[in-house]
Amino acid sequence: MEKLISEFSVGLFFWQTLLFLTLLFLLRKYAWKPTLNAVNERERSIDDALNQAEKARNEMKNLKDSNNALMNEAREERDQLMKEARTMKNEIINEAKNKAKEEAEKVLTSAREEIQNEKNKAIEELKNQVADFSFEIAEKVIGQKLNDADKQSDSVKSALNEINFN
Amino acid sequence: MYSCTRILIPYYLRKMRDKVCYILILMIIVLLPEFLQASEVNENAEASVSLRDEIKQDILHHLQDVHDFHLFTDEVSGTHISFPLPIILLDQGVQVFLSSAFHHGESAAESNGKYYVLHHNHIYRTDADGKLNYDEDHHVTNIAPLDFSITKNVFSVILLSILIFLMFKSLGDGYKKGLVARGMGKFLEPLVIFVRDDIAIPNIGKQHYQKYMSYLLTVFVFIWFINLAGLTPLGINVTGNIAVTFALAIMTFLITQITAKSYYWKHIFWMPGVPFPMKIILAPIELLGVFIKPFALMIRLYANISAGHIVLMSLIGLLFLFENWFARGAFFGLALALSVIELLVAFLQAYIFTMLTALYFGSAAASHDDH
Repeated sequence: MEKLISEFSVGLFFWQTLLFLTLLFLLRKYAWKPTLNAVNERERSIDDALNQAEKARNEMKNLKDSNNALMNEAREERDQLMKEARTMKNEIINEAKNKAKEEAEKVLTSAREEIQNEKNKAIEELKNQVADFSFEIAEKVIGQKLNDADKQSDSVKSALNEINFN
Repeated sequence: MYSCTRILIPYYLRKMRDKVCYILILMIIVLLPEFLQASEVNENAEASVSLRDEIKQDILHHLQDVHDFHLFTDEVSGTHISFPLPIILLDQGVQVFLSSAFHHGESAAESNGKYYVLHHNHIYRTDADGKLNYDEDHHVTNIAPLDFSITKNVFSVILLSILIFLMFKSLGDGYKKGLVARGMGKFLEPLVIFVRDDIAIPNIGKQHYQKYMSYLLTVFVFIWFINLAGLTPLGINVTGNIAVTFALAIMTFLITQITAKSYYWKHIFWMPGVPFPMKIILAPIELLGVFIKPFALMIRLYANISAGHIVLMSLIGLLFLFENWFARGAFFGLALALSVIELLVAFLQAYIFTMLTALYFGSAAASHDDH
């Protein structure tokens, strides 16, 4: 201990304190502050970047999910539309078919009626002509004018009516 | 015979035998001159005693602070290769002159009509003849003026402070271009981060560590670099000086006490959580601890560095003391190994000093809500 005290130099203590404090303040201003600020800033920015990346990744994932959902929805809608179109097409075709059938039926019916009418008319006419012919023939054959011609023709006509051409 | 044994002895044994052979040959080479020189050793006994004293003097001299920067001495011509340093004395005004005026303690130096003599690294005021007076115990009775000289240690501190400042300023300047360290800063930045993450934050806590960072970093870097400089052949021994470690320890002590909060004082004078009589017993012990802690810091650094220098110099001294090459080789190896250990000690002591300083700061900065 005595040796330590005798070794103690006031001058060295003074200079050491002075120089150390000078070094401390100089380093604080020119080295420690910029270094620690930069290191802290860098760590913060790394943290931020990592967080941002994480956020971006999550966002991407969400976007992808929503994209998928949208796609599925669209696909479903398309399927739905297709299905609807298909049924509609079938309906239209069926309807058209039915309508056509009906129309055809109608045309047929009307044609048939027309034919019938024409036939009837023709028969009527034929009947009349036949009556006239037969009357004339009979007149010629008999050679005499039948009396009461109208009465005769009426009887022929009624006879003819009894004949059914069908 | 070699080829014969080659067949008979399995490979691993052969390898071992080869090793033994090498060692034997080595021992013969080393020890042969020893046998030849055996007769000479006795004649040299007297010379080696003086050499031993010389080495002892060299070691003791190295541990002390001196007034010139001594590089080496040419024993043959007796010339010292050194450069002088300024002497600053407070003796009825400031006396400034160069240490070369002492002529290595051989004559008195004159300054403003006063005469001074350098005796065992202390400066005394004398008459013009440079005569020293002694008392019965062989102590010098001349007046010793207050010595504020730029001694070898002060000079070393100035040089290393400039070096440290320039190095770490380049680190700080590097951040002007971006957030990444540039050049030498790439090596220095991890030191700063080491002090922050492994010394300051674990011991002081994230809340309070920032205001102590400048001191912790400076203390760490200063002690480490000064310790490393002590391992160069320049023979600098700054941290093995009690005044230097005292200056460092007293700063730690003062900062601890100044920044201490009521919680710290409460733990010293009125320890919470212990029974009443224990509070009274603990108070003086804790108060003593306040002073013992920095005292231990001072002694630890001083003793470790001094001891390292003494042992290393002794081993190197032994190299010259032994005439035999085997011993020289062994001491060379030992000195080399110790130098490597001293490199570790240089770092370790800087780390321990800074770590304990941070620990004391941590106890000073702690407040009740930290727990």
